[in-house]
Amino acid sequence: MTDRRTFLRMAIMGTAGLLVAGCDKISQSSWGPKVLGKAQGLNRRVQALLSPSSAMAKEYTEADISPTFHPNGTTMPDTDEYQALMANNFRDYKLKVTGLVSKPGEFSIDDLKKLDNRTQITRHDCVEGWSAIAQWTGPQLGGLLHAAGLQPHARYVVFHCADNLGGPGDGGKYYESIDLFDAFHPQTILAHAMNNRPLAIPHGAPIRLRVERQLGYKQAKYVMAIEVTDRLNHIGGGKGGFWEDRGYEWYAGI
Amino acid sequence: MTTETVTENVMGPSPAAITPPAPAASKRLVYRHSLPIRLMHWINVVSLSLMFFSGLQIFNAHPSLSWGNYNNPDKPLLALDAREDASGNLIGITRIGKHEFNTTGVLGVSKGSDGTPTARGFPSWLTVPGPGWLSMGRQWHFFFAWIFVLNGLCYIGYSLAKKHVQRDLWPTKADWRGIGQSIADHVRFKHPHGEEALRYNILQRLAYLIVIFVFGIGIVLMGLAMSPRMDAVLSPMVELVGGRQAARTIHFIIAWAFVAFVLIHVFEVLISGVFNQLRGMITGYYKVDVEPGSVVKPEPVAVIKETTHD
Repeated sequence: MTDRRTFLRMAIMGTAGLLVAGCDKISQSSWGPKVLGKAQGLNRRVQALLSPSSAMAKEYTEADISPTFHPNGTTMPDTDEYQALMANNFRDYKLKVTGLVSKPGEFSIDDLKKLDNRTQITRHDCVEGWSAIAQWTGPQLGGLLHAAGLQPHARYVVFHCADNLGGPGDGGKYYESIDLFDAFHPQTILAHAMNNRPLAIPHGAPIRLRVERQLGYKQAKYVMAIEVTDRLNHIGGGKGGFWEDRGYEWYAGI
Repeated sequence: MTTETVTENVMGPSPAAITPPAPAASKRLVYRHSLPIRLMHWINVVSLSLMFFSGLQIFNAHPSLSWGNYNNPDKPLLALDAREDASGNLIGITRIGKHEFNTTGVLGVSKGSDGTPTARGFPSWLTVPGPGWLSMGRQWHFFFAWIFVLNGLCYIGYSLAKKHVQRDLWPTKADWRGIGQSIADHVRFKHPHGEEALRYNILQRLAYLIVIFVFGIGIVLMGLAMSPRMDAVLSPMVELVGGRQAARTIHFIIAWAFVAFVLIHVFEVLISGVFNQLRGMITGYYKVDVEPGSVVKPEPVAVIKETTHD
């Protein structure tokens, strides 16, 4: 009986060990992540069918705003350029709009406030699993892009940020990108205010992207420039974003 | 639906066609589980296991549970924390409501890949992949989520079309009347023999129905409730269950309820004839005792009309 039990225990532990080791081998192989990643393309397509691109994220009331909102990633960009902007309370800040637009331009915070602004109370869902609710105010990205005039082959909007989450140099720069469906979604805004106050440094001052219906890492902080482009493979690591270049999905709807 | 029944005589080598089997010693093989059911069962074993282990990897990125739409970091329902004690050693603390337990070595703090104590919710031997690797855990989780969902939909469609649910799982009035006896039998680990073993008892029926239709559908819906894109259309359901973090908590609870079911299921298989049960779910054939006096035709190969038990 004891022999049988020992055998059984060894068999179970051996199988579990093999399973975990096997999974780790597959995770590190060249083909494993490609096969597993097929599911993510399915997620994007099926979710677009079930939840149309025009569907709105739920908007909450002021009573729902969470008492805390954990600032993740960079909380204080340390480049000289950013420190200089911060020292002057972002009065010299200009958001650059470049790429496949007919009218490239620069916008100060005051310029952005003069555009049609939208205020929304939405839930922020981090890829780690936690959520927080806050009120955001800012111009709709769609309006800004409309004014800039998109060229016919424009497909993506890229956000270049001031933070160097991945270390000094261009390789460590945070950036993000979204497609035009999300860019022209009414709830996609360039937030300059959070909970009725100017956006604080840890939350991405002076401007952070709000692209509701996607996870937190898409909500780029410290946005310095917007580039309209037809492809993503020439920017950063080529996957469309800082975390995307590090194994996370470009489509962050789940 | 007809099932093929092979009667064999285990007493001697003489063919049953010549010598009818002695009733007391005979057993027959019953084709119990059809091929689609067997396939779907084992696909489910693989996908559910990998979703559980990769789910714990994802959980480790934020090893805490809350109710409502957002987290209250000070008042989690459950948290697997790491702290330093007075001498600077990492200790794992499991918090359940106001209660705290030292779970160093397993929960909160366990050995990392280099063998040193590391802050992580669940230990590496329970997560896929082993080391902390959220993005890869998500790849595994969503890949097998699709297999789980498609397999589950096939199972439900097939079982309804073949009347497996209606005939074998849905309890009859007689089943309900026998529930007291069934509970008494289960706690004494008493299992039916002979023809009775082919029929699912009331507790089995209820367990399977709850696992399939409550756990299975529930865990998928709570998974979707965590998707910000899906919440654009599912928010009424999310609010109904108490918010996104509540959905995450329910998702976690159902995952462990699946584990509890699997442990009981495997235990019952082990004590009710592990070889026979495994053969049943691998080849389809399940051996039952033919009781003395029961009317089983002595033909070596008899096609007997009876209910299916797949």
